[in-house]
Amino acid sequence: MSIYNFKLPLLCLFLCCYQYSLAADDVFVDKAPMLGRSMSIIAAQEVDFVVLPNGDGLPEGSGGVDAGKRLFNIHCLACHGEKAQGGINGDLVGGHGTINGLSPKKTVGSYWPYATILFDYIRRAMPYQTPGSLKNNEVYALSAYILFLNNIIEEQDIMNAKTLVKVKMPNRDNFVWAYK
Amino acid sequence: MNKRMKKKTSDLVFAARNGLLDRRYFLKSGLGAGLIATSTNASEGKHRFPWMRVPGEGMGESGPSKYENHLKRNNVASQPGTTGSGASRTPIEYLDGIITPSRLHFERHHSGIPDINPEEHRLIIHGLVNRPLSFSMESLVRYEHVSKIQFLECSGNSGAMISPQPLQRTASQLHGLISCSEWGGVPLKILLDEAGVKPEGKWIVASGSDAAIMSRSVPVKKIMDDAIIATHQNGEPLRPSNGYPMRLFLPGWEGNACVKWLRTIKVTSTPSMTKDETSKYSDLRDDGVAELFTFPMGVKSIITSPSPGLDLNEAGIYQVNGIAWSGRGKIKKVELSADGGKTWAEANLDDHVLSKALTRFRSAWKWNGGPATLMSRAVDEKGNVQPTRENWLKGRASNTFYHFNATQTWRIDQKGQASNVYL
Repeated sequence: MSIYNFKLPLLCLFLCCYQYSLAADDVFVDKAPMLGRSMSIIAAQEVDFVVLPNGDGLPEGSGGVDAGKRLFNIHCLACHGEKAQGGINGDLVGGHGTINGLSPKKTVGSYWPYATILFDYIRRAMPYQTPGSLKNNEVYALSAYILFLNNIIEEQDIMNAKTLVKVKMPNRDNFVWAYK
Repeated sequence: MNKRMKKKTSDLVFAARNGLLDRRYFLKSGLGAGLIATSTNASEGKHRFPWMRVPGEGMGESGPSKYENHLKRNNVASQPGTTGSGASRTPIEYLDGIITPSRLHFERHHSGIPDINPEEHRLIIHGLVNRPLSFSMESLVRYEHVSKIQFLECSGNSGAMISPQPLQRTASQLHGLISCSEWGGVPLKILLDEAGVKPEGKWIVASGSDAAIMSRSVPVKKIMDDAIIATHQNGEPLRPSNGYPMRLFLPGWEGNACVKWLRTIKVTSTPSMTKDETSKYSDLRDDGVAELFTFPMGVKSIITSPSPGLDLNEAGIYQVNGIAWSGRGKIKKVELSADGGKTWAEANLDDHVLSKALTRFRSAWKWNGGPATLMSRAVDEKGNVQPTRENWLKGRASNTFYHFNATQTWRIDQKGQASNVYL
């Protein structure tokens, strides 16, 4: 009886350790060939286009409404229309107050929850035919112009990593997460 | 003629009104057996078609028969002023089974199809990880691979069904942003574990190497559950239009989040709130509140035959068949109605009933030559039931169209022509 009592805990301990060593994660890592090549943080930044709503990822630089207007008329007007309305593609301005109505009109000003999305998306994808051609100052300037056209910032406001984060979009509080 | 084909109407077992037969009908009747006329020798007095009198074409690349020219992606449309920012649809009404041939898989691109040299392509994992890592295609080949048959559906599929008046389009024009493939690749968990996700890393932001650097945020939990870096589709390397050389594949979740031409995965503490997960692919309610991250695709089914364009030419027995799927698991059952939802009969499911895959359903139906209103309704293993259109619309903003999964109704008129109707 005493022997039995002594052995059982030992056996349990052994089984626990054995099982732990076979946990799924460990097996995967053990079997993985581990061929990923280490990268420096700097090298990873070179391919990093991600901007977070807290401003993480926004680069240095700045731009204002006037410069933004000039750039918009060169690069964006053909698709988005004068003053970013009435073009062949997506209106970026207008629709304020329509989102909870019978025919919601989603634009940057009426719908988008964060101003940081402007910088993130323009730097990634615009202008459509020549993405990657704009400098950071120019992306900030275009963001400023579109925010100004939506009456969200003043004409003299300058957008940069600090100010863009602070812009409160009118519709920000009307989003909930379906994913818990 | 096969004796068993001569079944009299009086022998038929009806399962629901207006001609829906018991689901065992095809099994009992052996429909399809013994119908092929056997051509024998070439001797005098025997029949040969012209193509039986000369040797056929040589071997090599093969496309579909020239008589199947309708088997094309259709409804190809791009945003004004662009060529690669739009969609094309799978011709679902002409397909059978559950696998979508790769060349017919639907497309939805945001800035065209990039021409990627796989030798130069790298998958980079960075952000909140212990070691930022870069993987070449060559190195990924050596990792454990998995393959699963699973559907991919654009969350904008069937969006035309919110139109106040039913649009007269074919099944694929209305619902063709759905496809199903055998997807093969490396579980992303293995690669994330190698990089070592820090405890505060709760999301990833996946970015493509298309000209729009298309990006979506996905919870780390889903990545660890069942996400793969897909490199293969139906046994061959991905087609360029489906993300060659690699894409993110998230079983059961909306297609837009399965980023094609995947280049970087940044582990972050919060979602990035990218343009495509906020201004697009968010579900606006009628109270003005929009739901973000509505990832799983709901339980759904479509009758693909009969459907608009596939007319019935005479009264008699037809096979009603279609596809059903759920982003939350397996299809448990599909019910059919031929009288606009008054009575229902359970359909047969083909052998392959797989989780988060298309399931093919079929039933025999005796069309009496009069008006009929065909509907299908799917239930998944979690008990989710495909909603009616009326119920689906409830609580949603008037012009929100993502994740439409309501029942589709086809009305068959006395000429045997099918049309899209709302009940």
